[in-house]
Amino acid sequence: MSGATTTRRRLDGLSAAGLLLPTLLVLALVIGYPLLLAVNLSLFSDPIAGVPEFVGVDNYARALWGADAGRFWSAAATTGGFTLVVVALELAVGLAMALFMHQLKRGKAFARVCVLVPWAVPTAVATVLWQWMFSTGGVVNALTGAETLWTGAEGPARAAVVIIDVWKTAPFVALLLLAGLQTIPGEMYEAAKVDGAGAWKRFTRVTLPMLAPATAVAVLFRILDALRMYDVPAILTNGANGTTTLSLLTQQLAIGQVRVGYGSALSTLTFLLIFLVALAFIKATGARIAGGRS
Amino acid sequence: MSRGPVGSRRSVGSRRSVVGRGWRRLGTALGLVLLTVYSLAPFYWMVVSSLRGEQDILSNAPLPAAPTLANYADVLGGNARFLLALRNSAVIASVTTLLALVMAVSAAYALARLRFRGKGLVLGAVLSAAMFPGISLVTPMFKLFSDWGLIDTYPALVVPDLSFALPLAVWVLTSFFIDLPWGLEEAAQIDGCSRPQAFRRVILPIAAPAVFTTTILVFITVWNEYLVASSMSLTANASPVTVAIARLAGSSQFQQPFGQQMAAGVVVCVPIVLVVLVFQRRIIAGLTAGAVKG
Repeated sequence: MSGATTTRRRLDGLSAAGLLLPTLLVLALVIGYPLLLAVNLSLFSDPIAGVPEFVGVDNYARALWGADAGRFWSAAATTGGFTLVVVALELAVGLAMALFMHQLKRGKAFARVCVLVPWAVPTAVATVLWQWMFSTGGVVNALTGAETLWTGAEGPARAAVVIIDVWKTAPFVALLLLAGLQTIPGEMYEAAKVDGAGAWKRFTRVTLPMLAPATAVAVLFRILDALRMYDVPAILTNGANGTTTLSLLTQQLAIGQVRVGYGSALSTLTFLLIFLVALAFIKATGARIAGGRS
Repeated sequence: MSRGPVGSRRSVGSRRSVVGRGWRRLGTALGLVLLTVYSLAPFYWMVVSSLRGEQDILSNAPLPAAPTLANYADVLGGNARFLLALRNSAVIASVTTLLALVMAVSAAYALARLRFRGKGLVLGAVLSAAMFPGISLVTPMFKLFSDWGLIDTYPALVVPDLSFALPLAVWVLTSFFIDLPWGLEEAAQIDGCSRPQAFRRVILPIAAPAVFTTTILVFITVWNEYLVASSMSLTANASPVTVAIARLAGSSQFQQPFGQQMAAGVVVCVPIVLVVLVFQRRIIAGLTAGAVKG
């Protein structure tokens, strides 16, 4: 019996290797190789003419405490700030939406279609649309009776980026949380009711704790996504007025100005930053994302 | 669900609860209106703006004074650059989705069905790949494709797009495949099918909806991509719609052609919104499959 199991297992292992090979090979080629190439490129200079020279960690020093440290840290702070605000708001709006949709008896399908629409539309199109609505004589100013120059100053420009991102992504958070709500067994509420728990107590003692795993996953996804934010500020302001994120700064230098060496250093730093944040988050929440399935 | 004996006892003949139910209904209706406005009002504005003429474009009236299709004629006629962009998007998204799905089906089968060592590691790698910051790949890949003279061609967009399309496809498919009735495969094997035969004849038909859903999700994600697209395409030759809309140029630098951008936006969004309407149940299942279980 145990011999048969071992043979079966070995066979499974062999076929698994064969079945996974194309995927792993392609991932190594399109992610692993470029990542290593970037590290290598980041050690070379960006001469206006001639061959790049080996400069060691000069590009990193320039970004972290050298001549361009101001721009790098300001982009890092902008990215971090956007991430905190955007994820917090999306969680609040998304939770409200999910709780509302969960208690609906009729119109649930309609509500789900509605919230899917902002998710499904390209961020680029959504940004162009909001850019139009945020224009000086646009509909947002007309409705609020204000004359805000939305992209003309730091505060409004940042607010506009946040509004667009939250509008587009809160529905996604809502759908994840709604799926989480649907896994909470109804008997738990009945039991809490029998024990005399009121609506608020049922919410804080049953709903929220039971929703914690789905929330942790949603927040992790959103943090990692917000840290690489590019589309909205690239189109709305092209980074003007304090909206340059790390991805946008790197893209502008590496591709816009073709400074491959320095750009590679920035892209490697961005990767490291996101990696560390993800690791810290998983450690802190104990979120079992991949390990939970067998 | 919770309308058990507890709920009905409380509402017997009591006028207060009838009033309470009325309020509740009003709240629900109000919530639905809010949700609809949140999700659809910006699209309403996109459609209305796209139908305004040049005289009317700055008006904030809820309906166009003299509806015209001039913006659509400008976008879809003329030198037809936008039609080219639509074709580019269709080709890039289809090829990327097809390649990703072919590899992902076998990988997901292995991950969901076979027992082998290092499975958690592979799943973790796939998830980290899905969360990988695009900018860290775009910089080195831009250098590679420049060296090969491939910037502004389809491969320069399809290859980087695989870096997120493939992990997404593997992840979503695996979470679907885990729930398939695999006992049927064994039954077919006992009845004399080989394992590949059993997979083709028994499992593939049951798995088809999962594959279909994953295809939609991956296609939409690639279709909506902007960072890779804006970095790897220079001219109309390879620019997909997201880039084409953002770069749509007016007669002068300071006169953004918002009317045309809105018309182009409507053209891009209508097919996506239709797909969402028809397949909303499946799309939501796919979106949340990887996140909630586990």
